[in-house]
Amino acid sequence: MRYLTDRKRAEGRGSAHAGTEHHWYMQVSAVGLALIVPTFLYIFGGAYGGTYEEVIAVFSRPVPAILTGLTLFVGLKHFQKGWAMFVEDYFHGTTRKVLIIFMTAFVYGLIATGLFALAKIAL
Amino acid sequence: MSDAKKVVRPLSPHLTIYRMPIQAITSILTRITGNALIVTTVLVVWWLLAASTGPEYFAVADAFVTSWFGQLVFFLSLWGIWYHYLAGLRHLYYDAGKGLDVDTSEKLSWAVIIGSAALTFFTLLII
Repeated sequence: MRYLTDRKRAEGRGSAHAGTEHHWYMQVSAVGLALIVPTFLYIFGGAYGGTYEEVIAVFSRPVPAILTGLTLFVGLKHFQKGWAMFVEDYFHGTTRKVLIIFMTAFVYGLIATGLFALAKIAL
Repeated sequence: MSDAKKVVRPLSPHLTIYRMPIQAITSILTRITGNALIVTTVLVVWWLLAASTGPEYFAVADAFVTSWFGQLVFFLSLWGIWYHYLAGLRHLYYDAGKGLDVDTSEKLSWAVIIGSAALTFFTLLII
């Protein structure tokens, strides 16, 4: 028998069994994204619709390349956790696990692909 | 034993006929815009990968990304990202325990809607 009260065991957990860690990550990444997204929109908006040479020229410069990589990384991690929150709200059991695992793998794949493409253009 | 007479209980709101308050609409739209933006992200990564591969493959991806359909997707995404941006800031404000009374939250909802439209227009002007 464990000498723990129900309250003690429940404290700081919540529906996803991870406590407030998840929510705190969303707050931190939200503030980070609030700072970089407007600049990213400006960079991407400038490159969108350009010729091949213009697009390569934009992402060959360090600041656009770094900011795009950063936005992709932080943005996709923020998305992955937001998606998990959405799934935890509406799905249960195996469906919940499958949806979260699938999207986590997909997000890491996208991050790796995006960073590879940026590195190849910039270097 | 048990009487077949129907017990009259108050019903919880039926979502199909319940008129959602503006706060509820703007709240669910935050989730919808945030999750929908994955489509645009996939397009952006594909477009970048195509650019890193070479001019021929870039032409293929760019043709789709800048087609009328691609432009529509990117226009909606621009609004979506600004909407999610402002709604996210509102969430941070809520999390600080502020702006939760009916009057303020209603005003904030309209600020998010009008603000996102204004920022979308403004972004299109400068890029």
